[in-house]
Amino acid sequence: MSQVDEVLHQHRERAQTRDLRLEGLTKEFASFTAVKALDLVVPTGTFFALLGPSGCGKTTTLRMVAGLETPTSGRILLGDDDVTYTKPYKRPVNTVFQNYALFPHLDIAENVAFGLKRRGIKDVKGAVAEMLELTELSTQATKTPGQLSGGQQQRVALARALINRPEVLLLDEPLGALDLKLRRSMQVELKRIQSEVGLTFVHVTHDQEEAMTMADVVAVMNGGVIEQMGSPTELYDNPRTTFVANFLGQSNLVAGEIIGVDGDVVKADMHGTTVSVPRERAHATSGKGWIGVRPEKVLIARTGERIDAPGNHMTGAVVTDASFIGVSTQYRVRMAWGQEITAFEQNTGLREVLAPGTPVDVSWRPEFAFLLDASQDVTAGLGEV
Amino acid sequence: MTPLQRVGRWIGDHLVLALGVLVIVYLVVPIAIVALMSFNDSSGSRNVYKFQEFTVSNWANPCKPEGLCDAVSTSIQIGLLATIVATTLGTLAAFALARHRFRGRSGANMLIFLPMASPEIVMGSSLLALFVAAGFGGQLGFWTIFIAHVMFCLSFVIITVKARLSGLDDNLEQAAMDLYATEAQTFWRVTFPLVFPGILAAALLSFSLSFDDFIISNLNAGQTVTFPMFVWGAAQRGVPMQVNVIGTAMFVIALALVLAGGWNQRRRATAKAA
Repeated sequence: MSQVDEVLHQHRERAQTRDLRLEGLTKEFASFTAVKALDLVVPTGTFFALLGPSGCGKTTTLRMVAGLETPTSGRILLGDDDVTYTKPYKRPVNTVFQNYALFPHLDIAENVAFGLKRRGIKDVKGAVAEMLELTELSTQATKTPGQLSGGQQQRVALARALINRPEVLLLDEPLGALDLKLRRSMQVELKRIQSEVGLTFVHVTHDQEEAMTMADVVAVMNGGVIEQMGSPTELYDNPRTTFVANFLGQSNLVAGEIIGVDGDVVKADMHGTTVSVPRERAHATSGKGWIGVRPEKVLIARTGERIDAPGNHMTGAVVTDASFIGVSTQYRVRMAWGQEITAFEQNTGLREVLAPGTPVDVSWRPEFAFLLDASQDVTAGLGEV
Repeated sequence: MTPLQRVGRWIGDHLVLALGVLVIVYLVVPIAIVALMSFNDSSGSRNVYKFQEFTVSNWANPCKPEGLCDAVSTSIQIGLLATIVATTLGTLAAFALARHRFRGRSGANMLIFLPMASPEIVMGSSLLALFVAAGFGGQLGFWTIFIAHVMFCLSFVIITVKARLSGLDDNLEQAAMDLYATEAQTFWRVTFPLVFPGILAAALLSFSLSFDDFIISNLNAGQTVTFPMFVWGAAQRGVPMQVNVIGTAMFVIALALVLAGGWNQRRRATAKAA
């Protein structure tokens, strides 16, 4: 086995069983607390996304894991090793920086070889060539970073970090500077590379679509704390806070009085209509609540027409706005109690677009609704990036 | 197109070029005169500023005028020493000012501009007053000139290197550390190579400032004579043609350095592209 292979092999062996754990991690700056007592476990080999608006503490968390920021308190563990105060160059962790931070005075191959050489590995040619192959940069090896496009630079940054086979790869908004189309293809690429190399990826982003597309587990961060953590479907279908409901996709949140638990469901009175919410999606069981439903789950039909949903029909609603976007139509509907809600309807071709002013009935299947504690700000997470 | 328009178009197309050529002529003519006069045989004529006869004897015996080569050698020694000391101290100071926050930082940033902003005659006379007051009035010479030159070169070095540093993305150093480079490796592998062009520029600037300085040197020189002082002294009687030789040689050396630098850069670029 060559020297490189040996080192990489050792790393992979160790990486098998080593989770990244953050325990009570806190970072206070002079005027504010960026991260508040964060507890988090990232299992080995997962693609983990830290999602949140700017200033939520996600980048600070990442920098603490990289060793570029010293925590005020708390611990960072890799397996059983406490790396909280370990120097960045002694951690088996590498970072893909937001602006890539490629070394402008070195060519692409030298950039990629940098980490291996610093660890005293002399023969790096094979490993570099292999990594350039993986990131489709073989023809660019002798160019300097300034001669590459944004997407190519991004891949160099990735190759430069990946070649070290870190136990944890940190990605700080790595696709933020790319245009939409390139971003989409890089998302797929990143996901492919991650499953190929099987390393733990911690990806920081404010783009909820990006987080959901790529990550196995998403942690939604807000104001220095994790609001909710889970798989993308879990977070989307069963948000626990208004922030998650609004930041991750869109939600209709309607005020209601909770009646109480009834078997598998929690019943609530919503402006005179009794609606039921599955027990496991109800995050409040008494008092006032927000009844939430995603726009694509809201069904509408002309008054009197049949709606394919077993729930209650709410009558007396009027379409106020309809925008046809091809694949679907987005409706704004004013309910009988005056609130406007949003409904997305697939363009299945069964019906023409309903014009504004059309009286409609509204319904949704009860199992798609969720119930949140009304003490929270209903607008939390709206319009934040 | 009417002829008038055509003339207008022609002027429009060539005006910038013509002006550019004029500016270059304006810059080069004095140097050309110096180069020409270095081949002037001024012996037997009272008017040394007039070209008499072509000769290479000035180039063959550049040290013929008494004291000229001593003065040049003094200037080069002071220039090199002052450059080394000012570049080292200035680079360290630039790193401190660019990288660290400390009490008095903004004050220091302001004070650095003072030697550049104050008239040389003021700097020179106050330095003389300082040396005399400190009891070094009898020792004026090589070392007092050296101290004075380090002082004014420092400002230029600090400002040049600091500009280079502030243009440097500090993520690069973090990236290096992230990629297993220790603090020392980060400095020598990333920071220094990136700041080096700034340091080199500062050193070249220091040397030419020191070599060129007359006013401050003259006030603090005692019995020592630098090259500019020699020229000034000689000009009272008629500048020996060898001064033109020295001037031309300096120019040629500087030009060669610049060309070599450019050639080296281009060679590396093509080597990489190949």
